[in-house]
Amino acid sequence: MKFDLRATAQMLRFDEAADRVVPPTGFTARLTVFSAFAMAFLAVFAIALSLAAGRVATQWGEDLARSSTVRISAPAGETALQTEAALRVLRTTPGIIDAQPITLAEQRALLEPWFGTDLLVDDLPLPQLIDIVETDEGYDSAGLRLRLAAEAPAAVLDDHARWRQPLINAATKLRLLGWAAILLIATATAAMVTLAANAALAANAQVIAVLRLVGAKDAYIASAFVRRFALRALTGAAFGTLVGIFALFLIPTGSDAAGFLTGLNIQGWGWLWILLIPPTSGLVALVATRFAAARVLEELA
Amino acid sequence: MIELENVAYSYGGGELLTDMTLTVQPGSFHFLTGPSGSGKTTFLKLCYGALQATAGHVRLFDRDVRGLSRDDVAVLRRKVGVVHQDCQFLDHLPVTENVSLPLAVSGQDADHATADLKELLAWVGLTSRAEAFPPELSGGERQRAALARAVMMSPDVILADEPTGNIDWDMSKRLLTLLVELNRMGKTILVATHDLSLIRAAKAQVQTRVLRISNRRLQTAGVDL
Repeated sequence: MKFDLRATAQMLRFDEAADRVVPPTGFTARLTVFSAFAMAFLAVFAIALSLAAGRVATQWGEDLARSSTVRISAPAGETALQTEAALRVLRTTPGIIDAQPITLAEQRALLEPWFGTDLLVDDLPLPQLIDIVETDEGYDSAGLRLRLAAEAPAAVLDDHARWRQPLINAATKLRLLGWAAILLIATATAAMVTLAANAALAANAQVIAVLRLVGAKDAYIASAFVRRFALRALTGAAFGTLVGIFALFLIPTGSDAAGFLTGLNIQGWGWLWILLIPPTSGLVALVATRFAAARVLEELA
Repeated sequence: MIELENVAYSYGGGELLTDMTLTVQPGSFHFLTGPSGSGKTTFLKLCYGALQATAGHVRLFDRDVRGLSRDDVAVLRRKVGVVHQDCQFLDHLPVTENVSLPLAVSGQDADHATADLKELLAWVGLTSRAEAFPPELSGGERQRAALARAVMMSPDVILADEPTGNIDWDMSKRLLTLLVELNRMGKTILVATHDLSLIRAAKAQVQTRVLRISNRRLQTAGVDL
């Protein structure tokens, strides 16, 4: 069947007389509105999930990519010397902006979430950590490792690549999963609207027969159904989107420690995606009903 | 106006109508008779393009129906008014909207035809029932409403399938009077009926030609009618 976009767009033109020829049908109307409502509600969360995953991937990919750590694991008496040597190496390495040893207070703050405030950090054999800030171009990690091995053998360079990449991969896949969910939601909406439109068209076979008897063209008959279903989907999706947004606001915005889950919200341009949900639902319903109508009208001919 | 040339129609492996040839001249009044199940309704449907002949040619206003798209047939159908025995209304719309339905589907503004609509409803005697819904109408009222709808677009041809099948004799005579009036206005009328009294009553008022479907074939009926 050929899909004529112009003819389909003309079907959206308001025609009160054409709209009245199809009797209001109970369950198909409710089914379409409810399906669109539920799918729009889910779409809000899928978009929020996808956008949040995207932000996490960006953060891990860009922010952490420009930082790394050197760990000094030396006997107690040698730690200070090894740290000094490592700092000298780091501060003369091209691509490193800054290198600062992490103080005991900072180490305590890092451990607090896991061990509480009563921990006696002094009693723990903690390694000395050096925080490195890189330039955008970064440094030659292989060359740095060789220099550290020569001048500060107790220093171990950790450029975060080992654990950062799997996390970025996971966040990227989560983002793709979110968009796949949105695609599935759109497909499911189309399927449900098609079922409802088929049922409505079959239930109105007598109406179609009367319209044909008095000289109605297929486009006229189809338009009466298409407009109705598109409007129902638009209405249901608008409500679903509003409720979805409200539900998003109910998710607490926690501290940085809470991380990803509390970041499940919409920011900036992300709202554009959310605002696109109702018109997209209407469009999906329009196309689905157009195809269903064409098929049923062919069968009834 | 309507021409059938060696037309046959088969359904479900069996031939219902065969070798039918007929020319319906403009302004003529035809009756089509035959026993129940003989194929009168099928014949009428072939005449207005609701069915496609399986053999032969049906020409409606000089156009072969076989080569036409569904939309072309729909446009041609606006020049043919059809009245069914069961009337076929949209039950959720009042009589006025049902009668003006042909205008709506052809994209004409029904509001501008309000005067015509009122005149039409007065002609068929349904002015007081204009806002009633089809299920609220009596059998006779339904038939008259169906006739009003059939002539709403001023068609050249009126096809009626057992229009008096569900109404009493007085109402049948009233409906016949309306059909005769239309014929005198120059409209072509083709009525399928098994009601011989109706045919006799019509012959007393207007020149008619009576056809009969017998053994799947179209015949000219005898003078016994």
